[in-house]
Amino acid sequence: MVERTPFLNLFTHLILFVGFVFCVAPFVVVAIAASHNLRDVNDVPMSLLPGSDFWVNIKTAWVTAGLGPKLLNSFIVAGGVAAGKVIISALTAFSIVYFRFPGRMFIFWLIFVTLMLPLEVRIVPTYAVVANVLSPYQAIFDVIGLSWLIEKVSGVQVSLSLGLLNSYPGLILPLVATATGTFLYRQFFLTVPDELTEAARMDGAGPLRFFIDVLLPLSRNNMAALGTIMFLWAWNQYLWPLLITTDQSHAMAVTELKQLIPNVGGTPEWHIAMAGTLIVMLPPLLVVVLMQRWIVRGLIATEK
Amino acid sequence: MEKRVTFSSWTIGILFAVPQLLLIFTFFYWPAGQAVYWSLTLQQPWGGGNIWVGLDNFRSILSNADYWNSITASLVFAGISTGLAMFIALVLAALTDRQLAGSRLYRVVLIWPYGIAAPALALAFRFILAPEAGFLSAINRMWPGIWDPGLDGADAMASIIVAFSWKYVGYNFIFFLAAFQAIPRSLIEAAAMDGSGVIRRFWDIQFPLITPTIFFLLVINITESFQDSFGIVDIMTSGGPANATNLMVYKIYSDGFKGLDYSGAAAQSIILMLLIIVLTIFQFRFIERRVHYG
Repeated sequence: MVERTPFLNLFTHLILFVGFVFCVAPFVVVAIAASHNLRDVNDVPMSLLPGSDFWVNIKTAWVTAGLGPKLLNSFIVAGGVAAGKVIISALTAFSIVYFRFPGRMFIFWLIFVTLMLPLEVRIVPTYAVVANVLSPYQAIFDVIGLSWLIEKVSGVQVSLSLGLLNSYPGLILPLVATATGTFLYRQFFLTVPDELTEAARMDGAGPLRFFIDVLLPLSRNNMAALGTIMFLWAWNQYLWPLLITTDQSHAMAVTELKQLIPNVGGTPEWHIAMAGTLIVMLPPLLVVVLMQRWIVRGLIATEK
Repeated sequence: MEKRVTFSSWTIGILFAVPQLLLIFTFFYWPAGQAVYWSLTLQQPWGGGNIWVGLDNFRSILSNADYWNSITASLVFAGISTGLAMFIALVLAALTDRQLAGSRLYRVVLIWPYGIAAPALALAFRFILAPEAGFLSAINRMWPGIWDPGLDGADAMASIIVAFSWKYVGYNFIFFLAAFQAIPRSLIEAAAMDGSGVIRRFWDIQFPLITPTIFFLLVINITESFQDSFGIVDIMTSGGPANATNLMVYKIYSDGFKGLDYSGAAAQSIILMLLIIVLTIFQFRFIERRVHYG
């Protein structure tokens, strides 16, 4: 930009172009493979001219893996996680930033620590908790003697049980239970001028009023950024839905890809597998393309 | 940094934090504590009580060759894929930041891989890298048997590294490009006026200024290589052949849910947790001090 560097410019264009090709090639290959028939897709090397069976394959993959309801599940879960994060993180950040109750810093650290251990790492015990979400509370009641007390007094044995396997809350809640969004809001709230708070208080607004009428409208950009990133993240979850949805009616689209891996025996049906892959990768890709600005902004802000 | 003006009501303040606290207690702290408890006891798979065994679970895991093999595989995977993904993304971002004609296109397209689910791209790469169809199979036509991720451990490891790196090039690119663009143009122009070339400017100005981003991404990439790799391994190799790609999270899953060895899986979780905590603390304590901030 500042000086003339023809060779370096040529080099730059060359490398960027190679990067571009490597980045786009898998998408192109998947789309082309999805348009071939069984014989052409197994040709070595596969022809890069699109075949004519694109819609047939898409339809077969759609039906084989039952993608219709699963895409719907994915939308519900990803939307639920995004909404949950956007709301709960805003509440928590408001509490941490705008109040001075004792133990505030303790709460801050309690939440901060959750950033360190991803769900994948504590997958086995989390599964046990979701199998009965009330088990932690039951255990606490047992330990502090409350169960014993209630049983003595009323004669009712306390056994709390609520299983969330194969349910939307079971899919969504554990994914919401981390601190990612809280810090995005916290950083933003800290930049909101104190004069605004003072003015609101002078006009007689309490904390609730201030939160709803001043802070939330100001954080619209943050909400869009956080919502987009969390939607993508939840859509792309694999291990968690794989574990807790034994029942097909709650399975998510991404986990269904496993059904499409071609069997070892016989000619592998790669055209169907690639058609399914294309369907599953399309919604998040669209989100990335359309919401690029928010993604870049949200990623940079949540992680720092 | 603290707010000067706050609200005085304690109860409302605490009420706002309650939903989050309930969630992280139920789905984070309780399971994490449970994992510690299980790792110190012998748990019968479907009820039947726990027997206190102290550190026996850890001892038996750490004396198991399969576990060390899994750690080695995870470290190899983390090292190579992090290196690849970060180096390629750094080069692409630095070149995009030169803002030659067409850089807008690259800025848009190079981010795409970030949005793709690990299992979806794994299935795509499984086809692209398949030994009997797809593209690498052409090599097998020339030299039969030279490439087979289904039989050769090194080939399988290479496959999952390629798939993972492809996604994280997109992710790292976003951060690197933002870091480059945050460097004031005037700094670079001043250096150019003083006669330093593009390469010199990169090493003396841009690179030192983006070191915080580099170290941040280093830790994120390594942590993600432990967790986000699960979908790739499950779709592409299922941990095989001969455990060559049996990464730590995959082993926790297969031991815990397929082998029903809850105690062993819990002990492995604890070790992995410690590893990640050490990494995070390492980032905060040591690395952050040695980097330049603009």
